[in-house]
Formats: sequence, C-alpha cells, structure tokens
Amino acid sequence: MNDSQPVIEVRDLTMAYGSFVLQRDLNFIVKRGDVFIIMGGSGCGKSTLLRHLIGLKAPARGKVLYGDVSFWELDPTERKRMMRGFGVMYQSGALWSSMTLAENISLPLEEYTTLSSRQIDEITALKLALVGLAGFEDYYPAEISGGMRKRAALARAMALDPDILFFDEPSAGLDPISARRLDELILELRDSLGATIIVVTHELASIFAIGNNSVFLDADSKTMIASGDPHRLLTDCEHPTVQNFLTRGQDMRGNGAES
Amino acid sequence: MVNTPEKPELHWNRKEHDNLILRLAGMWRIGKAIPSSEQVKKEIEGSSDLRRISFDTERLLAWDSSLLTFLVQLEKECRDRAIETDREGLPEGVQRLLNLATAVPAKKDARRTSAKESLLRRVGRQVLDFGHGSMEMLAFIGEAFLALLKLMSGRARFRRSDLFLFMQQSGAQALPIVSLISVLVGLILAFIGAVQLALFGAQIYVASLVGISMIRVMGAVMAGVIMAGRTGAAFAAQLGTMTVNEEIDALTTLGISPMEFLVLPRMLALFFMMPLLCIYADLMGVLGGLIVGVYMLDLNFWEYVNQTRATVALSNFWIGLTHAAVFGILIALSGCLRGMQCGRSASAVGLAATSAVVTGIVSIVVATAIITVICDILGV
Repeated sequence: MNDSQPVIEVRDLTMAYGSFVLQRDLNFIVKRGDVFIIMGGSGCGKSTLLRHLIGLKAPARGKVLYGDVSFWELDPTERKRMMRGFGVMYQSGALWSSMTLAENISLPLEEYTTLSSRQIDEITALKLALVGLAGFEDYYPAEISGGMRKRAALARAMALDPDILFFDEPSAGLDPISARRLDELILELRDSLGATIIVVTHELASIFAIGNNSVFLDADSKTMIASGDPHRLLTDCEHPTVQNFLTRGQDMRGNGAES
Repeated sequence: MVNTPEKPELHWNRKEHDNLILRLAGMWRIGKAIPSSEQVKKEIEGSSDLRRISFDTERLLAWDSSLLTFLVQLEKECRDRAIETDREGLPEGVQRLLNLATAVPAKKDARRTSAKESLLRRVGRQVLDFGHGSMEMLAFIGEAFLALLKLMSGRARFRRSDLFLFMQQSGAQALPIVSLISVLVGLILAFIGAVQLALFGAQIYVASLVGISMIRVMGAVMAGVIMAGRTGAAFAAQLGTMTVNEEIDALTTLGISPMEFLVLPRMLALFFMMPLLCIYADLMGVLGGLIVGVYMLDLNFWEYVNQTRATVALSNFWIGLTHAAVFGILIALSGCLRGMQCGRSASAVGLAATSAVVTGIVSIVVATAIITVICDILGV
C-alpha cells in the first residue's frame, strides 16, 4: 500500500448556502488507506463538506480533486460515472423504504453490472453476511432496529466494492457497543478492501479508535483550525477549541476553566 | 384537612424600611393557584426606597417550576429597579436551578425577530419567489421530458414492478371512490336538467345532457380531481419523505436519476390509468343519469340508452380520453414536483402534499379550459 498517494485533495474550498458562508479556505489531503475524520461542533458544516465531496452540492469556490481530476469541473455524466466509485452511508441510513434489504443492496448491482440475477443474489447475501445481517434479505427497513439499519446501509454502500467509502455520523443514535462494532467493521473494511474511508463524526471514542488523519472545522471562525492525526492533535495542538473538543471540555491546561 | 395547608401562599412584610421579606408557604406546584408576581410588583412600585428582597421559605412544603418562573420574573423586575434579591432564604435546589437558568445570558441576536418589511419589499420578494418557483417548475418539466425521451429510446432505468404497483394503486384501488363520485355527479346533472327540460316536456334530452357532459369533460374532470387528491398527494408525500430520509440523495450518489427511477413510473402509471378510469367514470355517470331518467322521469330504459347512443358522438369520447391522459401527466408531475421540492422536516412533507393537490386541481381546471378552446377552434 502506497501511503503517500493522495486520493482526495481539497483546495481553497468555500462552502455557502446563497450568501451565507458556512466554511471558507479549506485545504486538506486524504491519502490512500486513510481513515479520515471530518470533525467539529454541531452546525459547523461537517455534513455539508461531505455533500461537496460526494457530488450533492457544488462548491461556492475552490476545487475538489480526485487524483488529479477536478471533480466539479467534470461534465455531469463524467461526474456521475465517478460517483459510482463511492459508497456513501447516510446519517439516517437512507435505505429505500419501499424495498427490502436485498433489493436495496441489489439495485446498484442491477444498475451497473451485467451479473446474472443469481450472482446478484449471492453477492447481496454476502454483503449482508459481512455486516452480520445474514438471513434478513426479505425484511423492510422499517422492520429492523436502528443499529441494523445502519449496518444494512453499510452493506449497500459496499455493494459495488467502492474505492472510497463515506460515512455521515455512523455511530449517531447507536448504543456504545453497537457503535464500537461499527467502528471495528469500518477498520476491517479498510484493511481488507484497501478502501479509503472518510468519516463525519463528533464521537470522540470513534475519532480516536479509527481515525489516522483528520480536519477540524470551526463554526466561529468559519474555517478549518487544525488537521492531522487526531492523537497528535490531542497532544500537540494548542488551539483551545480543538483541545476543548478532544477532551470534552475537561482540559485544565490554563485556558481559564475553573475547578 | 380543614385549612388546606397545601394551598400556595405568599405574604410579605418589611423588616426594615428598605428590606422586603417574602414569605412563601404551602405547595407551590403547577396546577395550583400560584400567586402572581404582579402583586409583589405592585408592592415594589409603591415604595421607592426599597433596596433588598429576601425570602423566608420555612413553611414551603413543596415546589416545582412554577416557583422558579415566579422567582425569575421577580428577579427580572428587581434587576430593572436595581433592587437586590437575596437568594439565601430559598431552598438549595431552587438556588442551584436559578443559577443555572441565569448562568448563560440570553443571546441577543438568537431570538428571531420578525423584522417589519415594507410593502414594496414584500411585493418584490413575492415576485422573485414566484419567478424562482416558475423556473423550478419549468426545469422539472424539462427534466421529465428528457427522461421520457430516454424511455422512448429504451435507456430509461426504473423497476417494472414499481410501475405495476403504481398502476394498481392509482387505478384499480381508486374504483370505489370513482364509482361513488361519478354516479352522484350523473345523478346531479340529470336532476338539474330534468327540472328545466320537464317544463318543455323534453325529459328525454336528459339522456343527451348527461351523456355529452359526462363523456366529453365531466368524467375526466371528476376522475382527475379524485386522482389529484388521492394519488397526487400520495406521490408528494412519498417523495417528500424520501427527501427527508436522504433516500433521494442515496439514489443520486449512486448515479441513478431520481427523475427516471421515481418520477417516470409514477407519470406513466397515471398516464395509462387515467383514461381507463375516465371510461369507467363516464359509464358510472351515465348510469347515474339513467337512474334519474328511469325512476324519476318514467323514461323507458332502452329509450334512454338509445337517446344517449344517438346524441353522443364518438368525438366526445375521444376528447374525454384526451382530457384524462393530459390530467394524468399533470397530476403526476405536480405531485412529484412538490415531493422533490420538499424541505427536510415532517411539516414540509405535509405542505408538499397540500401543495401537490392544489397545483394538481388548478392545472386540471386550466388544462380543461385550454382543451375546450382548442376543440372550439378545431370545431370538434
């Protein structure tokens, strides 16, 4: 595995809704095999940044480069083709509620492969088994628990064996044990598939358990204030907001916090 | 208990001329008659030399948020008049909660102020919104048209099973309500016509009246209105919920066009089912007229049927079917458009459904007018 190869490069990215600027001047690089964490407080634009990376929202200014291709300067058809190489797990799971789990996972396969329906069934069963949901093929998303829905969403995100997997708040709404299992699953996928993984989260446990690179978005200054390995940020970064965040506000290193 | 000691009570007296002691007693619970802070306010206003308020809660039996709101209001009043409040006499829990409530000062610019806009500004914004909305609608129609072209060239992607499901839902399952409404409309038309025509002894023309009006427009319009309320709203709610759940985003990132995958099967289903429903509604309407004709006007069954056949030209039938097919597309488009425009909350889904029905019915009426004018010009 070549660790230095950049997969995603974000250059001078400014994100805005109309005239309301959410974040400006974002610059960071995601390398192959990274588990890259996008972190920051609520409402700082983490999920919006993800939407820029996966092609749902065009940047107000700046570039998103995949390899050396500028994602948003491609024509829509090319961009769509590129998006097929992404797997995305949405915050709410976003399984198609009118389809069974098996249909959810097989839809991308039916769309983009020429496999026979038996092969598709086999792959679907395999993906469900990978996330511990073997035998749940014919359940509808509404019939299973929240944790199972997240895992099923992960199975769908993996359907086309993507090179890059995006996760929006994977452990939100999960109990600590399910959240940890999901974290382990993410690491396992990275190691076995060689995928690059981008995670939007503010769960400290997850950040330290899986992340090896990160960017920290700040809502007040409207830009990124730190980047790098979260463990190193904890020990080295002097910025009080980052320290506060990574220590749940229990940092006592003289930034005026009393008792 | 004779004295009802639970009753919340409030007394006060002056210790010194500048110190007011409030004595709280009884159960200060939500739902009990809590003394108003207004009383104390009056007392405060009455004496300008008051500098300090303290509390005596020895006989306070129980308290909850009602006591806290009373105190918060009192403290606010006191702050405005530079009177000191001494929390010492309050129960410890109350003190702590008060500290918590006043720890973070209210954010000045966080509260939404409904800024007063000038009339000109409001009108301008409305116009801009309208322009924006029209552009969105046009873009949507254009995309739907492109999807349709793709379908014709055989490259559009959606699930056949979805199409059949929507056809069943919007077609077969709508038959009961379409029967009821159409029979009643037939009855009503016949009834109104009968009263007038009977004056001339021309009852038999009730058959023509009902036949032509049902088959030419009313069958299609009634079926359309029912479909707008039934299926249009359902489409908007389905797509709206999918937007809220990020399901549409999930389709987009997979490179599957929501237009082809979601809108096209719905549009096709209504396009195919509306004419069939219209034929059914025509028959039911004529049946309604027949009931009035036979039972009220004492017309012979075959007489009525023959009169209908003789006066309703086939062109009327085709015009009715054209109406229906157009309505089908309009209803599906307005339902899907509002669903896709839906915001990301539960109330937005409700708004989308409402708006879909309104858009659907308005476009049905407008389309009817346009088709009628075209028919007039063409002379059919």
